[in-house]
Amino acid sequence: MTEATYNFAYLDEQTKRMIRRAILKAIAIPGYQVPFASREMPMPYGWGTGGVQVTASILGPDDTLKVIDQGSDDTTNAISIRKFFAKTAGVATTTSTPDASVIQTRHRIPETPLHEGQVLVYQVPIPEPLRYLEPRETETRRMHALAEYGLMHVKLYEDIAKFGHIATAYAYPVKVAGRYVMDPSPTPKFDNPKMDNCPALQLFGAGREKRIYAIPPYTQVVSLDFEDHPFTRYRQDGCCALCGADDSYLDEIVTDNAGTRMFVCSDTDYCEGRRAEGHTGSETTPMESAHA
Amino acid sequence: MTTTELAAGFADKVLGAQSTFRAVMEAMARPGRIQRITFEAGTPAPLMHASAALALTLFDHDTPIWLDAAIAADGTAARWLKFHTGAPLTDDPSTAAFALIGDGSALLPLERFALGTPEYPDRSTTLIIQVQALGSGASYRLHGPGIDGEALLQASLQPADLFDRLSFNAALFPRGLDVVLVSGDQVVAIPRTTRLSQGS
Repeated sequence: MTEATYNFAYLDEQTKRMIRRAILKAIAIPGYQVPFASREMPMPYGWGTGGVQVTASILGPDDTLKVIDQGSDDTTNAISIRKFFAKTAGVATTTSTPDASVIQTRHRIPETPLHEGQVLVYQVPIPEPLRYLEPRETETRRMHALAEYGLMHVKLYEDIAKFGHIATAYAYPVKVAGRYVMDPSPTPKFDNPKMDNCPALQLFGAGREKRIYAIPPYTQVVSLDFEDHPFTRYRQDGCCALCGADDSYLDEIVTDNAGTRMFVCSDTDYCEGRRAEGHTGSETTPMESAHA
Repeated sequence: MTTTELAAGFADKVLGAQSTFRAVMEAMARPGRIQRITFEAGTPAPLMHASAALALTLFDHDTPIWLDAAIAADGTAARWLKFHTGAPLTDDPSTAAFALIGDGSALLPLERFALGTPEYPDRSTTLIIQVQALGSGASYRLHGPGIDGEALLQASLQPADLFDRLSFNAALFPRGLDVVLVSGDQVVAIPRTTRLSQGS
């Protein structure tokens, strides 16, 4: 039996044309969600079907692809998507942030600053920031048309009334280029400032919800807040146990049944890079002995 | 009807469309910066190379196309577009997904094209305008999303007041027109968010 062969990057050319037209309009209208005819992909909804369709439509043979899931290059989702494109498009893959020309991400923005010429593709589950406040698509569409975003401020205000501070910690709403309120996908709000004035192009794909949106490079992205409750980043108060970083977003890892825990960088490439440079943390074993 | 030979499409459909799209995506993401579309493709007169490549990359049965008199003139380009893209031609610019403009001096009033709706601003015409030269000619200082501070575009184009006409995009936003300027194998995009800086 011969192995099935696919078109370059899996999708057929008509689908790519449709997605490419949506991407161009998305870039022209920053933060606006362009409807597109999302296809079934050989993976379930929630595994990044939107991001995969966007990546498949932009990827070329000269690209170098990096895929991360919650900052990590080596989780199931990241590895399977990387292998999917290595197989269907034959592209080079990498785990290094600076070396990648296209980075598909689930729920993190890399710690290493992005540069011009890179494209960051986000996997988005719920693209509509107003959806939990107003379930009707006809109404949210009208609210975007009129830039009627009062409800979102009421939601943030209710956070303050209940908890004393804005308790929204991820998928923290932003305003793009002074017009559209946008869901940055469920990235931690720690990452929000990285979207502002970013030299790289940022594309967002939601497969199940059939929406594509974009932030062009060097575009103003402001996290919504109040004068007396300004936006703040949040990170765990600690250092990475492996590389000692005190500026990266940390994952909390429970290490035994007694509740012992440690913090490590969520961005594995950043952490490995720092360790290769000789940075150490409280739990560091020398890299040589780790391989022995 | 006599048999005439049609120009070819892309030498390689898949990679031609991919590399052309990346060039126009870069152009749209970085307004005012010149990108080149170099992939080999047949180019029926009076289309320029980049216009033909953009048509092969973006047009299909879902996208009504409007041609100005200069492009439509002898029917060569229309036949080629019909054969290679299958896109329907329309006489009504307000229903066009793309408009190919060969002679900018006779450009219709921009309100005649589709401007999108407040709910669906993406349902607007993308104008592909062939111009005399990019990289030389009059200077335009541009700012807006995609531009780090200010971009300087040099272009020799018709209509000379194109950027003044496009200033209606500011009042219309998020509705508006997106423009791709083409000269030979060069493209520059002017999305609806791009503004002319004061004093230029």
